[in-house]
Parts: sequence; C-alpha cells; structure tokens
Amino acid sequence: MSRFTLSASARLWPVIVVLIAANFIVLSMSIMIGEYPVPLSQAWKTVFGIGEPEYEFVVNQLRFPRSLVAFLVGCGLALSGAILQGITRNPLAAPGVIGINGGAALMAVTAIIALPSVPIALLPFIAFSGALGAAALTYFLAWRRGAAPMRLLLVGVGVGAASHAYITFWMTTRHVQNIKQAMIWLMGSTYGRTWDHFWPLLPWLLVLFPAALLMSRTLDILKLGDELSIGLGSSVERSRGLLLLISVSLAGASVAMAGTIGFIGLMGPHIARQLVGQTSRRLLSVSALVGGLIVMSADLLGRALLPPIEIPTGIITTAIGAPYLIYLLYRNRNRP
Amino acid sequence: MNIRLTGIVLGIVFVIFGLAASIAVGKSMVPLHTVIDAFTSFDGSREHLIIRTVRVPRALMAMMVGASLGMAGSIMQAISRNPLAGPEMLGSNYGAALLLVISMFVFGFTSSLIHMWAALLGAGLACLVVFMLGSLGRGGLTSIKLILAGATINMLLASMVQGILIFSEESLDEMRFWMAGSLTGGSMEMFVRVLPYMLVGMAGALVLSRQINLLSLGDEVAQGLGLKIGLMKTAALFIVMCLMGGSVAIAGPIGFIGLAVPHIVRFMVGLDYRWIIPYSALLGAGLLLLADIAARFIFPYQELPAGVVTAMAGAPFLIYLAQRREKR
Repeated sequence: MSRFTLSASARLWPVIVVLIAANFIVLSMSIMIGEYPVPLSQAWKTVFGIGEPEYEFVVNQLRFPRSLVAFLVGCGLALSGAILQGITRNPLAAPGVIGINGGAALMAVTAIIALPSVPIALLPFIAFSGALGAAALTYFLAWRRGAAPMRLLLVGVGVGAASHAYITFWMTTRHVQNIKQAMIWLMGSTYGRTWDHFWPLLPWLLVLFPAALLMSRTLDILKLGDELSIGLGSSVERSRGLLLLISVSLAGASVAMAGTIGFIGLMGPHIARQLVGQTSRRLLSVSALVGGLIVMSADLLGRALLPPIEIPTGIITTAIGAPYLIYLLYRNRNRP
Repeated sequence: MNIRLTGIVLGIVFVIFGLAASIAVGKSMVPLHTVIDAFTSFDGSREHLIIRTVRVPRALMAMMVGASLGMAGSIMQAISRNPLAGPEMLGSNYGAALLLVISMFVFGFTSSLIHMWAALLGAGLACLVVFMLGSLGRGGLTSIKLILAGATINMLLASMVQGILIFSEESLDEMRFWMAGSLTGGSMEMFVRVLPYMLVGMAGALVLSRQINLLSLGDEVAQGLGLKIGLMKTAALFIVMCLMGGSVAIAGPIGFIGLAVPHIVRFMVGLDYRWIIPYSALLGAGLLLLADIAARFIFPYQELPAGVVTAMAGAPFLIYLAQRREKR
C-alpha cells in the first residue's frame, strides 16, 4: 500500500499532462463530430477566428461553448465530491448526498412545471438558489455544537428525500409535456448550453478552485478525524464550514447549469485517488481534470451515438458510473 | 408480557378502525350499515358497487401493503443492524419500475395484470442482484456491503428507468403515478394474486422472529449462539423479497413506512424482535390506512398519491432520527 502511494505521488505531473492532452483531444473531437462535420484543420482555426466562415456558427456558437460548459460542470462536480469526501471522511459522499441535488431539482422542477412562464434563462439562478438553500438547511439541521460529518450526511439524505417527495407531488399533478422537460433536467443534460451558461459558470471555478487548493492542507488535517485535527491546532468547525461552502457552491453552480449529472462527484475523485494517491493538493487538481474529461466525453457520446436523437449526458455518465461503482465494490469485497 | 399482549389487541383494534374509516370515508361518505349491506344484501346500487369494487379492495390493499412494509423494514434493520436501513434499500422499487417500464415501452403490454407480474418479477430480481453483490468476498454478507450494493443498484436502475421514460411520453404519463406510490390503481383480482407472496413472507417473518432476534445481535454473537448466519440471512432476505415484491406490485413504491415504523415500535416494546415484528405489521397497516385516508382530503379537488403523503410525513422523521443518532 505504501509503495503504491509513493509511486502514485511521484507521477503527479505526467498524469496532469496526459489528462490535459486527453481533454484537448476530446474537445477537438467534440468540435469536429456532429451532423455537420468540421475537419480537424478548420476546427481550432475557427475557434481562434481565422477559419472559414462556413464553420463559424457551428463551432463558435454551438459546439465549442457547449463542450466547455460540459468541461467546467465536470470539474466543479468532481472537485465538490473530492472536498466533500474529505470533510466527511466517507468515500461515498457525493454532492447529491447532502441534499444539493435535491434542492436544485426542487426549485428547477417547480419552475419548469408549476410556473412555465418563467424565462428559461433564469433557470440556472433558480436552481442555484435551491442548491444553496438545501445545503444551508442541511447544515443548520445537522448543527449540534458542531456539524459532525456523519450527521451531515444523514440529515442531507433526509433533506434530499423531502425534496424528492415534493418533486413527485409536482410530477403527478401537472401536464405531461412539462414533466418531460423536468425529467430531462433531472437527468442532467448539456443540450443547448451556450456562452450564456459558460460565462456565469467560469468565475465560480476560477475563484473556488484556487481557494480549495489553498485549503488543501486543512483538508488533509480534517481527514485525520475531529479529535486529531483539534489536537493539531485546527479550528475544525470553521475550516469544515468554509470547505463545505466551497464544495456546495461548486456543485450548486454546476448543477444549476446542466442539471443533476450523476456519479461525477463519486467517480472523479475515486479515479484521481487511484492515479495520484490521497494528498488533497494532488487529488483536487487531478479530480477536476478527470471530472471534466468524463462529462465532456459523455456529452460527445450522447450526441454521437444515436443521431439525431440526443442521449442526455447524465444517462451516459450513469451508464459508465454505476458499473464502475460495482467494480469498486467487487474490488473491495475482501475488506471488512 | 401482558402489557405487550394488550398492545397487540389494541393494535388490531387500531387496524380495524382504520379499515372501517378507509371504507366509509371519502368523497362520498358511506354509513357503516350500508357497508355491511353491500356484502349481506347486495342490491346493485351505485353505492354498493363503489363499496365492493373500490373502497373495500383499496382498504384491504392499504392494510396488507402497510403491514408488509412495516415487517420488511424491521427485518432489514435487524439484519443490517443499521437504524437507517429501509426495505427499499434492496432495490425492489426501482427493479419493479424498470421491468414495468420495459414491459410497457419495449413490449407494449397494456394489461394491468402483466404489469403487476412485471413489477413483482423486477422487485425480486433486483433484490437478488443486490443480495448476491452484497455477499461477494470474504466474510459473506456484511451489512455495509449490503447497503453499498443496494445504493449502487438503486442508482443504476433509477437512471435506466428515467432514461427510458424520456423517450416515451405514454410510459412517462402512466409511470409518474405509479412511481409516486398509490393505492388507487389496484383491483381485487390483482390483490388476490399477490396476496400469497405477502402471506408467505409474513408467516416466515413470524416463524423466524426468534432467529432474526439473534441476527440483530451481530454476526459473532449469533454464530456463538449456534445460529447458521448465512442460511438465516438468506431466509430473512427471501422474506423481505416476498413482502416488498408483493407491496410494490400492487401499490408502487411507498416510502418511509418501512423506515419509520420499526423505530416507533422499538420505542414502544424495546429491542425484542419477536414483538417488534408483529407490532410493526400492525402499526404499518394502521399508518398506511391513515395516510391513504389523508391523501383523499389534503387537497379538495384532487387526490394525492399515498406515497407522497408518507414521504412528506416521513422525511422530517428521518431528519429527526439522524439528528438524534449521535447524541449519546
């Protein structure tokens, strides 16, 4: 085990370089592949505004921004999962578990189904407020002279369950066409995402990713357990609250833009852990790149598998993620 | 001892009261003597027809489903030794949903009887897969492996169901009511066909309650006391499979009864599963009957699915449990 960690930590930079290359390749393919193919020679030229004008619209208005949104969403979800798994010391904690997805879904579905007159451009902000609201409620309800990680997770499950009860209520009371829209949102989809989604999402990552990296040492200490962290002089509740806020904001912003894309918050950090080991600083950067790669690839697959039908990105990520989780279960079968 | 027996009698009275209320109360109120007339001197009037074809089957289904969910929940919490384990963790709900959607969307079956068998089969298969996945590796079936396997399979099945529904509006239209969990869809015919599974499960649970008691003490203790734990866990999960399969097939996924009832019961009778199991059956039946009655009245012009009522009442309860858990 220790040898594995050692070798895993030695290969941080090669891993990062390979992941960035893979992200570029998938991004290029996303620009090229589709109903209206774009040759490789034109793809990047068009992005930088020196390509042939016939590709201009498809590349710069449709495919490029959409893939970038997918990438950012993947980064955000995976980062959020990595932080959350650290502070709760539970490898199965994912943004969905502490009620974030439930809250975002509740608000978005209410807007889609009950108030169809709400402009679609407002949807991300509505969903974001729901995510933050649910997370705040979870934190508030789990607070008993401190927010013990286990209680946080369990209360989160409860808040999520309550949200889903209300969603079910809306689903059974309104017109089926709106409900289909809501279902697609619930599955998580990058369909039709544009610069209007990219620009509001970017600052969150630009601010919160470095913030998370800055706190990575604190996160490492928190992973040791409450008693030990207090002994090491860390103000556990404050740093945990701060990290939780970062994690929730990242997940909330991502879910707001693309719906509840499943399994990324679980899968990204797990794969990253296998690649570069446990240390938070390494884990966070690699998780982000892995998450972005998965969502961007899932987006491409969803478009390319059965054209002209688009398979929602969330279905693809679940189709990959669930077997991966089963594999994890199988691999760990001999642990107690 | 006698207090506990009195409790059972009170519980039976509670359930009978619930049954009567469920039959008599609704959009049209029916006096009780008319209910009796409908069976002793049936005159073919609209009122008698409603009683015989709608109200009575619905009340009986609520009773049996509630009892099954309560029992299945207490067994799950005993063998997983986890107070937050619900019977739906074995994957039965989404397993049923998946096979139901496939039978509707892929094969185009419309008969509600076929739907019922699809749900029953799906629930059973999902339980089986979770069970096998949870028993992989050293140490056999441990509670943590069972819960992880259940959560994973549930997520996988749920997204498969949603994936199919996005492409089929008709299925979505039917499934959204089914997925909410409701007692309005079933007929007496369906009920009679599912009943044997539930009865087998209930009988099994009562017969094995002593062994389940031992399982709740933990693997080492149970083994030390001479229990064949592998065999017993298999039997217990088979019982849960029968109970859950039966309830899901007639009422869809109704949440929180299975989770909450054993807690309330433990508060009343302590930790002895020989008492917890029958009490859970009675309380589960009573609560679901009440929830189903409430579902008719919360909104004046529209009935709510019973599953929405139980979830809205149950989620705060879950949060309360989670808050209390680490207080000790």
